[in-house]
Amino acid sequence: MHKKNAVSGTKVKLYRTLPDRILLAAVWVMMIFIMLIILIPVIFIVASSFSDPRAVSAGKVFLWPVDFTLVGYDVIFQSPSIVKAFFNSVSYTVVGTIVSVTLTMLAGYPLARTDLKIRGVVMFFFTVTMFFSGGMIPTYLVVSKLGLIDSFWAMILPSAMGVWNVILIKTYVQSSIPSEIFESASIDGCSDWKYFTDMVIPLSKPIIAVMVLLYAVGKWNDFFSALLYLNDVNKQPLQLLLRNVLVENDSIGMAMNLAQQMSRQELKTQLQYSLIIVSSVPVMLLYPFIQKYFVKGIMMGSIKG
Amino acid sequence: MEKKKKKKWSLKEDFKKRWQLYLMLILPVAYIIVFCYAPMGGIVIAFKNYSFRKGIWGSDWVGLKYFKQFFVNPDMAKLLKNTLIISLYSLAASFPAPIILALALNIIGGTKFKKFMQSLTYAPYFISTVVMVGIILQCLHLNVGIVNNVLEFLGMDRIDFMGKASLFRHIYVWSGVWQGTGYSAIIYIATLGNVDQSLVEASLIDGANRWQRIKIVELPALKPIITIQLIMAVGGVMGVGFEKVFLMQNSLNLPVSEIISTYVYKRGLHDMQYSFATAVGLFNSVVNFILIFIANKVSQKFGETSLW
Repeated sequence: MHKKNAVSGTKVKLYRTLPDRILLAAVWVMMIFIMLIILIPVIFIVASSFSDPRAVSAGKVFLWPVDFTLVGYDVIFQSPSIVKAFFNSVSYTVVGTIVSVTLTMLAGYPLARTDLKIRGVVMFFFTVTMFFSGGMIPTYLVVSKLGLIDSFWAMILPSAMGVWNVILIKTYVQSSIPSEIFESASIDGCSDWKYFTDMVIPLSKPIIAVMVLLYAVGKWNDFFSALLYLNDVNKQPLQLLLRNVLVENDSIGMAMNLAQQMSRQELKTQLQYSLIIVSSVPVMLLYPFIQKYFVKGIMMGSIKG
Repeated sequence: MEKKKKKKWSLKEDFKKRWQLYLMLILPVAYIIVFCYAPMGGIVIAFKNYSFRKGIWGSDWVGLKYFKQFFVNPDMAKLLKNTLIISLYSLAASFPAPIILALALNIIGGTKFKKFMQSLTYAPYFISTVVMVGIILQCLHLNVGIVNNVLEFLGMDRIDFMGKASLFRHIYVWSGVWQGTGYSAIIYIATLGNVDQSLVEASLIDGANRWQRIKIVELPALKPIITIQLIMAVGGVMGVGFEKVFLMQNSLNLPVSEIISTYVYKRGLHDMQYSFATAVGLFNSVVNFILIFIANKVSQKFGETSLW
């Protein structure tokens, strides 16, 4: 039990008795189990995506690529519809994140100002929507009445602002920017707007980072809006195309010249693995940044909640 | 916004002083009105025979016709049962999991390994639902999935996991645990990190072992958060995720995988029975609200934290 020292530190009494040792051993067994159960599926998908389709179909792939090949990725980059869907997703994510963060900041800052008398009413007005909603069909009808079906904005507007995020901003501004700063600024003739752009935004950088990440991941992963509001194949984001390929087993978007080189079924399988990887890579690239801010964001939210 | 005048403060004065803040609020308030309150108003079509041509207000009233239609529908009992079983099973499995993970990570202590395990366990949270279902389908695939590859390697028969209706709920629930546990554990881990060290020392002096410390110090520290999370989770029972169930559905598992929200989607957006689907959705929300209300009442009774 050489781990004991690292664990118990100076507290000598810890993990001496039998029940304690059983507990510690159980915890380590559990950790190793969790590690394996999380990593194995991921490694399997990565390994399969680099394996020869014939080996995959024969069920020979475990955790290492068999007969290394990049054919699955070739298909992706040679398929115009996949590339298109990828860039659609990029633009929904970029524009959506900008719109969402802007709206959330515009709502969060005034609501943090205790000298704004109407804020109680507005806050109540916002909070109600966290408990009641119109539901799928009425929301769909509103979106369709606005003429947003099959438009770019159908992916941006219906889920543009999360009230929970507004509360996060409000809490952050209230608790981390002292009101004395505003008081002295307003004596110097600083307007509410100027105070917002010159003081609040620069001082709120950490929470804005959290917002950007929350919204960007949400937009990138959004499948629901596309399923409901987009029928036009040219507008579909990657998640919807993924659904067609991964779940519906559809073969749209295949590069024909490659499809002729091998059986369609094999190529389809291959495409599924490589698409999983390609669609997850952007979020995984963000992950190191996300994880630092994300924990903070959740904690800031829970202070209030 | 009509309530403004009832207050003692004067809207006019407030606006004069703070008009820039009012201007800033215009867009967010407009968003909430259009995309949150307008759909709430749209719920009236549950009581009308909605026709696209006549619009929401022009359509004829039919009273409770669609609710009656749903209640006499033989599918209704099945839908309600499926929804409840999936969500309660989900709750039972995914509620304790993060608490156990947090306690276990706390036992490991402030090592690098703990940080690594934390990052690793909440990474799956960022995977999109579509990719998640894709990973499930590939890993459990009859011919190429790693689970079946291992089974065959061990000399056992391959199992058609996704083709067996009896396995659907287990796959749904445990893949949810796989994806969400690390994320849900963050809040518990942070709370355990803030436990008063003097309590820990006192328990050590009293000769408490590690098990007793969990019981005396750590679980009581987590109790308020566990209560809040539990109320929220009970409130979410009827809101069981549409996306994942929908994506995991196939013709073989449909008898157990059809839940209220997927039914609403199919009746509403595929069959264009807008009014009927809205009525079913409204029924779902009402049941949901009653559940969260009861959960809150119960926790108040026990003198614990409550939502309001």
